Amino acid sequence: MSSLAVQAQFEAVLTPMGAELVGALAGDGWGVEAQVAFGELTLVAPREHIVEVMTALRDRFGFQQLLDVCGADYPDREERFEVVYHLLSLTRNARIRVKVATDEVQPVPTVCHVYPSAGWFEREAYDMYGMIFAGHPDMRRLLTDYGFEGHPLRKDFPMTGYVEVRYDEEQKRVVYEPVKLTQEFRTFDFLSPWEGADYPAPVLPGDEKAGVKG
Amino acid sequence: MGVIAPSSPLPGAMVPANSAARSTVEGYDPKVHDKFFEAVNTELGERGFLTASLDDVITWARTGSLMWMTFGLACCAVEMIQMSMPRFDVERFGMAPRGSPRHSDLMIVAGTLTNKMAPAIRKVYDQMPNPRYVVSMGSCANGGGYYHYSYSVVRGCDRVVPVDVYVPGCPPTAEALLYGLLQLQKKIRRTGTIDR
Repeated sequence: MSSLAVQAQFEAVLTPMGAELVGALAGDGWGVEAQVAFGELTLVAPREHIVEVMTALRDRFGFQQLLDVCGADYPDREERFEVVYHLLSLTRNARIRVKVATDEVQPVPTVCHVYPSAGWFEREAYDMYGMIFAGHPDMRRLLTDYGFEGHPLRKDFPMTGYVEVRYDEEQKRVVYEPVKLTQEFRTFDFLSPWEGADYPAPVLPGDEKAGVKG
Repeated sequence: MGVIAPSSPLPGAMVPANSAARSTVEGYDPKVHDKFFEAVNTELGERGFLTASLDDVITWARTGSLMWMTFGLACCAVEMIQMSMPRFDVERFGMAPRGSPRHSDLMIVAGTLTNKMAPAIRKVYDQMPNPRYVVSMGSCANGGGYYHYSYSVVRGCDRVVPVDVYVPGCPPTAEALLYGLLQLQKKIRRTGTIDR
């Protein structure tokens, strides 16, 4: 079966499930929307009701596991960040995704009292994007260096960061210094000499058959 | 159970007298082909002892007991483990992994060294007793590799600790690392002294 057919099969199952979830949640007045794309179901929830939505998904709809909380940065939007929750239901054999929009200052209520696994995931999302999770019991950075400044997965964060380390023989310790790249920044144009390149005549040997069907 | 009769020995089971220590490689006779072996053998046979400079003996002993500090940071660590396992069996050269830096002579930096890890690796290096050696394993440890432009990765572990041997590869095969360690042995034999 082709991947497109598999995708269509998933969508045939997920579209009614999305309608069912949205219909069941509509009575609560939280304004949850469903989208199905690429064989996956995504719910979009408002920030202030995310705890209720997640509790309902866990208790009423059988999504027992929170697999991941991650973020995304869209600098053009008014609320630039998205917090994305990935849920798994073993009883329904389904995975869904819940999205919430936020920005640098608007806090997102933490879901770590609904799914305990959210604790470190939210810390990671905070570390990488700087969105704030209100009510989190331990809102520290998780992955980056001690005393790190900035949020590295934001689109406006420079890839090479601001500091680099080396061992200082005089101070006998590892010191931080502003980044000094000794090697030129390389740009890749992704042009392949074999694919897609439009060569002037004469045609390269073997290429004369390229456009011919059959 | 029957007993093998002395009159019918198993073919090949008997070894001619005085030949057990000799190489049995066809066409190779140490008497003819290995002058060094013969010289050592003659000296031992005639005098019963060997003479060598103390430096040579000590560096020889050092090359034969390189206890390495396991500093596995990423996928290179898997190749490092592979090297110490029976297939490549680095223990035949007298090397063995040690859990403590205070017991080790050699640190193999196997993997991506991040900024957060840099103070830790220096601390571990400082705890190792002299003489100590460092092998930088893989592209990331050599110069940042794939993560050269990253905000969180040290562009080469030689910014933090002095490196003796660089092993290229991403990750290097266990053979390549083994070759690097043999090069390190060679370097110790060439440059090693008992001075500190």
